[in-house]
Amino acid sequence: MNKIWLIAQRELVSYFTTWMGYIIIFAALLIDGLLFNTFAIGDEAKFSSDVLKDFFFFSSGIGMVAAIFLAMRLLAEEKQTGTIVLFYTSPISERQLVYGKFLSSLLMFIILQVLSIYLPSLIFLEGKVSFGHVLAGYLGVTLLGAGVLSVSLFASVVSPNQLIAGISAAAMTVFFLLLWLLSYRVDEPFREIFAYMAIHNERFRPFSTGVLHTKDVIYYLSMMFFFLECSIKSLETRRLQG
Amino acid sequence: MIEVRSISKFYGNMRAVEGLSFTINDGEIVGLLGLNGAGKSTILKVLGCFLVPSHGDARVGGSSVLDAPDEVRRMIGYLPDTPPLYNEMRTRSYLNFVARLKNVASEQVPSFVEEAMKKTNLHEVADVRLGELSHGFRQRVGIAQALVHKPRVLILDEPINGLDPIQIVEMRDMILSLKGQHTVILSSHILSEITKTCDRILVLDRGRLVAEGTESQLRGQVKQGLEVRVELETYDAAVAQALRSLGGVVDIREERSVGIYLDIHCASDIRVDIAKTVVQAGGRLIALGKKEAELETLFLKLIKTDGAKP
Repeated sequence: MNKIWLIAQRELVSYFTTWMGYIIIFAALLIDGLLFNTFAIGDEAKFSSDVLKDFFFFSSGIGMVAAIFLAMRLLAEEKQTGTIVLFYTSPISERQLVYGKFLSSLLMFIILQVLSIYLPSLIFLEGKVSFGHVLAGYLGVTLLGAGVLSVSLFASVVSPNQLIAGISAAAMTVFFLLLWLLSYRVDEPFREIFAYMAIHNERFRPFSTGVLHTKDVIYYLSMMFFFLECSIKSLETRRLQG
Repeated sequence: MIEVRSISKFYGNMRAVEGLSFTINDGEIVGLLGLNGAGKSTILKVLGCFLVPSHGDARVGGSSVLDAPDEVRRMIGYLPDTPPLYNEMRTRSYLNFVARLKNVASEQVPSFVEEAMKKTNLHEVADVRLGELSHGFRQRVGIAQALVHKPRVLILDEPINGLDPIQIVEMRDMILSLKGQHTVILSSHILSEITKTCDRILVLDRGRLVAEGTESQLRGQVKQGLEVRVELETYDAAVAQALRSLGGVVDIREERSVGIYLDIHCASDIRVDIAKTVVQAGGRLIALGKKEAELETLFLKLIKTDGAKP
């Protein structure tokens, strides 16, 4: 655990010692704010809960993009600059490396979510929503973000550089997004499988309305663990192949 | 300390190293010499535990790189051909990070880092970002990160690569200063440099070990004598006669351009005798040393020798 935290700590500091962290946070908050003002609040009268639901809908989209940018560099950059040798020649496991990297990006993602809290807080000024709805929504965005972070981390492991990692991560995320559309086009049992695997739509909607289903939490957690394990196996295989 | 047993490594169908075996004793400085693609980096990567061999095994301090890689990793410090540096970090904080990564206890980290910086003369750049350092300093930080946890074995892949002449001398002195404290294995494709630093040389060619030993042993293997270049202020018949009658001198060539130079081909290393003879015969000696070009000839002869070990 010490090593995981050590790696995560260094990575977290590096987000802020380069412009990467600031740019991602600034851009995400700016777009979040604009979408909140333009579409979530809008010109027409709305229930506060609908405003909050729309806020989480937009936040989930921005969060997915931010997650790709946060994670695409994690291991691809280490390979590009040759610093990955440091980990390979130190007494740490591939698992500690992957989990350390993932933890840093997840913490960055959570920082981003915490900084966006002022937006739903505005609803409290003139409306009424439950804290439970806010918490469920943020939990949903964070779980969705964690899923995309793990996908992007895997892309970062298998790609030779950041650009390809970013493109691969985006392609995989879009694939998981569009699975629900695909599910309408295929017959059983694929319809059910694709609908189950879809990352957003039916999976995220309950969170945005303040409803928490255990099956949705399990889905995101299992997705996260699956791609983290894939990343670990991929790193181990690469060591064998050289 | 290091025992390599019949290691082979293939990248797909391409052979990088085949059936390589050698041992390195505790406290030795050993150089891996070979052209680009000879397999030097591959064998160092295997010893560094970040490349698994296709066949064979290697042991460092009795631990196998296959069965106990973490044990081996604790014992080694590794400098790849490009130092693994995070440009946004400062020297001291980077070394702190590496020390903790290498299992140095938290309370010992500051003293270990201090010692590593002292050995590599890094104090003046302790708080400078690594991205702002010159190539020479980056290489030094690379060595510091390799020895920050006081490993028993140091693995240095092309440590003088890209350094200017002054930095090469500094690096050479630094490596020599590590003698006795660490077992060092380093790679290079420059024979003249490796002979100045290493106790023993392993010559690799196309993934196979073609020769090993000290410089004079290698000369013996290819039956090449030593060529010595002497620079004189004055050179007369008496000096010429004295040198010709010196035992071990095979041939003398005279060259007069900007100064007086003698290229003396000797059967063995008789540099001390040559110096004594010149002075006793009344000659005024300015400089005497091995001719650099002939070291390269020796290298070429070594890698063209067919007596490769299986």
